[in-house]
Amino acid sequence: MSVTRSDVEHAARLCRLEFSPDELETLRGELGRILEYVEKLRELDVTEVEPTLYGLAGSTPLREDVPGEDTLAREDALAGAPDEENGHFKVPGVL
Amino acid sequence: MGICELSLREMGSAVARRKVSPAELVEAHLSRIRVCDPTLRAYVTVNEAECERLARDRGRQSGGPPGVAAPLNCIPIAVKDNICTKGLRTTCGSRILRNYVPPYDATAVSRLRDRGCLLIGKTNLDEFGMGSSTENSFFGPTRNPWDLERVPGGSSGGSAAAVAAGMAAAALGTDTGGSVRQPAALCGLVGYKPTYGVVSRRGLVAFASSLDQIGVIARTVEDTAAVLEAVSGWDAWDSTSARRGQVRARQTGEVGKSGVLRVGVPWGFFSEGLDPDVSDVTRAVVSKLEKERWAFEEIDLPHAEYSIAAYYLVADAEASSNLARYDGVRYGEREGGTDDLWEMYVRTRTAGLGTEVKRRVMLGTYALSAGYYEAYYLRAQKARTLIKRDYEEVLRRVDLVLMPTSPTAAFRLGEKLHDPLAMYLSDVFTVGVNLAGLPAVSLPSGYSRSGLPIGLQLIGRAFEDQTLLEAARLFEQVVALEARTPAGLKGLLESGRGGA
Amino acid sequence: MKGFESVIGLEIHAQLLTRSKLFCGCGTGFGAEPNTQVCPVCLGLPGALPVLNRRAVELAVLVGEALHAHTNTSSVFARKNYFYPDLPKNYQISQFDRPLCSGGHLYVSDGGKRRRVRVTRVHLEEDAGKSVHLDDAGGRRTLVDFNRCGVPLIEIVTEPELRSPSEAHALLKALKQILEYTGASSGNMEEGGLRCDVNVSLRRVGERALGSKTEIKNLNSFRNVERALEYEIERQAGLLAGGTAVLNETLMWDAGRDRAVSMRSKEEAHDYRYFPEPDLLRLELKGDWIDDVKSRLPELPEARESRFVESLGLPPYDAAVLCGRRALADYFEEVARLTGEPKSASNWIMTEVLRTAKEGATDEFPVTAANLADLLTLVRSGRISGKMAKDVFARMAGTGETADDAVSRMGLRQVTDVREMRTIVDAVLSENPKSVADYARGKKKLFGFLMGRIMEKTAGQASPTLAESVLRERLEGVREGDANT
Repeated sequence: MSVTRSDVEHAARLCRLEFSPDELETLRGELGRILEYVEKLRELDVTEVEPTLYGLAGSTPLREDVPGEDTLAREDALAGAPDEENGHFKVPGVL
Repeated sequence: MGICELSLREMGSAVARRKVSPAELVEAHLSRIRVCDPTLRAYVTVNEAECERLARDRGRQSGGPPGVAAPLNCIPIAVKDNICTKGLRTTCGSRILRNYVPPYDATAVSRLRDRGCLLIGKTNLDEFGMGSSTENSFFGPTRNPWDLERVPGGSSGGSAAAVAAGMAAAALGTDTGGSVRQPAALCGLVGYKPTYGVVSRRGLVAFASSLDQIGVIARTVEDTAAVLEAVSGWDAWDSTSARRGQVRARQTGEVGKSGVLRVGVPWGFFSEGLDPDVSDVTRAVVSKLEKERWAFEEIDLPHAEYSIAAYYLVADAEASSNLARYDGVRYGEREGGTDDLWEMYVRTRTAGLGTEVKRRVMLGTYALSAGYYEAYYLRAQKARTLIKRDYEEVLRRVDLVLMPTSPTAAFRLGEKLHDPLAMYLSDVFTVGVNLAGLPAVSLPSGYSRSGLPIGLQLIGRAFEDQTLLEAARLFEQVVALEARTPAGLKGLLESGRGGA
Repeated sequence: MKGFESVIGLEIHAQLLTRSKLFCGCGTGFGAEPNTQVCPVCLGLPGALPVLNRRAVELAVLVGEALHAHTNTSSVFARKNYFYPDLPKNYQISQFDRPLCSGGHLYVSDGGKRRRVRVTRVHLEEDAGKSVHLDDAGGRRTLVDFNRCGVPLIEIVTEPELRSPSEAHALLKALKQILEYTGASSGNMEEGGLRCDVNVSLRRVGERALGSKTEIKNLNSFRNVERALEYEIERQAGLLAGGTAVLNETLMWDAGRDRAVSMRSKEEAHDYRYFPEPDLLRLELKGDWIDDVKSRLPELPEARESRFVESLGLPPYDAAVLCGRRALADYFEEVARLTGEPKSASNWIMTEVLRTAKEGATDEFPVTAANLADLLTLVRSGRISGKMAKDVFARMAGTGETADDAVSRMGLRQVTDVREMRTIVDAVLSENPKSVADYARGKKKLFGFLMGRIMEKTAGQASPTLAESVLRERLEGVREGDANT
């Protein structure tokens, strides 16, 4: 399985990372080797096999619809904010 | 031997019987940290002021806070730095969280506090738990107390090094693909990874949600059980927490009493290319145990050879999504200097995340992206079913599975750093357990010719953690490994003339 | 547009009326100070985990059942991955290939025609936070409030089988009714309780294959939905007529400028990388749990409307108006039950009540059903006239008083005593001797004139029936109502 440069660039865009041309090339090689290794999964016949999606069997538990006590004071909610304005989290303009 | 070398049980009873005051116990550990940690770098943050204050308060009370009893009262416990501690920074070994202070405690942490434990510090790790050597940390690598030129294993390398060097009585680690068991093995300690769902993941900063589990690193099985008893059990805040997850420290003595313990060993899976020291220790331990009515048989785990491939696809896919939240919007470091949102995201994440983390996020993103989901992620989850089935079938015939924890003893710093695939392959014996959700414990089993510790792991049935712990205690008694002081630590103590 | 037909599908998001959020215990109240209803879970803090709200599941199933959909006994939550500042984890917990409910339908009445429209699915997901975009002296920036983040939403997806903007409007109206009847959602578009994205494409009449479609987002009123569709259909028809292909893209509706704007950007490369949410296990629902929820399904608008027509004898138009909102229909039924007169209850509500209550918001209306019923009873018993009752009603609506209190505070009472009436009538007759004489000579029309004089003299408080019978008695020598003497 060879990984193309545009595959790597597409993935980088999706996860909001940027690489220099050299880094991109190194990464392409590394991902290529890892993906080549995982190709061995193709040896398995999994047509009749259900995937194991969870660490645990069973149904997800349900919580009662009761407001809890975990709500934070606003100053705690904003305590780690890199930038804020007027009780809001502030980021560069979206539109 | 000083206070710092006592087992947790011994420390607890010394405090309870007032042979040692809480303040003395804390001071002994802090002074050990002052001497050794500048070299070992096991801690990212030492919780000095809080521990000293609590120890003083406890010293004035008789018998500690109400309802709190030995053995955990006043015991200094280290917590891996990807487990949230309220008011105490939790960095995950990452630049992006280097100043992050959580507003809440992980459930496991609040349960330790409730039992009177002192959180002595937050331990170093591979960034977000991604690695097997504790070299991938923004705060620099941790060194192995047995040999300062070697890694302590990872990703809970800081926790293992702290306990091995007497800088904590026990520690919490996290185990996504062996991250508790492998460093425990490489540092000569007990490393316990519970059945998935036994310990709440609330407050454990997610790497791979369906595989992550908080575990315990300690000097003895008894100590391990005491900490596990405190942190295990159902938690309403974690939807993947099991109702039947409470583990008791008290031994029933049932295991092994009623008959022979049947143990399966997948010789075929691990023998090829195995380090001769590890191979020798495995054989020696098996023959010792055979004399004590442990019945060994060879077993086959036909899909075990696919576990690394399945593991890395599943873990990295989940990680790529779990780590998307580190974006500089609500908390953590932001790389500013731009009025463009896209640029802010990209700069923040590119500067804030380390090389290995980025590599995995990229792999996971790729494995989930349009057109590849079925070929990679879904196929890996199906392989996971086959790997899990192997264990389930084998564990119907035998009580336990035994195999080495790591293919080698501790390796040198930098040895595998530039070959990611080689690093991944060193997890070959541990990841299967995470994929199958089973409990496993790595136990000190012997030494290499150069004096490095070697660990073997026992794997039990899901939710039979109690049985596994009891078997581990028998193993510990039978193997009766001679205690040695880690060579690197000895050197540090001699040159520092410190420590207790 | 000639030779083309439009194919429209809707994706509707409705906030569920729960007290706490979908995956955490934070409150869901609208209008709180920014970032005061947030916790580690809905802020996406490291280590925080979701736990599913039981009530949200119940409400979603209730809506699914109301739409005749099948509730799946096993459904799966999935992560939809994309970066946006109002999405704290940069993934949304939603459902993908295993939704809570699948298949279903509802009826849509448009231009007198009633048509069945299929519903593809109903699933649960979490809402995002709210962004305010500013560009002033403080620079170009976006401010984010996470109070709304994590509020439970259901997404309802229809099959692309609506044919016109007005039909889309009608579907939304019908759906809003169902949401309100089930108590699942306020259905309030202005406050963001109900949001709608539309998909639209054109194809040549008679063709089966769908043309390439566009998606329009940011539609915050029924009117906008209809207007945006009209705009987009015209735009696509123009393109196709000119031989230009329609681009598969997402547009934002700009209501201010009455046009749709393309959202194309680097982020347009949609690749949501859905995968099962490992922090929540499968949602397994037992058959009897589903049956139990189903048994709590109230009578739905369609059924209620036909019952009002068939059993209560209301005109279909009135029944439709009264059933428009559940609270209004409940109000009507209560008044009808208390008075035993559904028709007059309906008349009163259709006129007086709806004129005074905004949008039939009877739940906040000061005249309670019991008070209105008392008022109608006063009218029926003749204690006040219908005309007086309208003034009394107006007072009750303003003050919230009971009918009796309003009547006595207004100093209103009807003259219903025969002896008193005779005195009044005699006085009127003696004041108008000429009219009395003309009447006796056969000018029967003067009866009405004399009635008017009686009403004038009593300032409208004379009971018209009583006044009439006493007047007749005096003029014709016929005695009636002796029982009262």
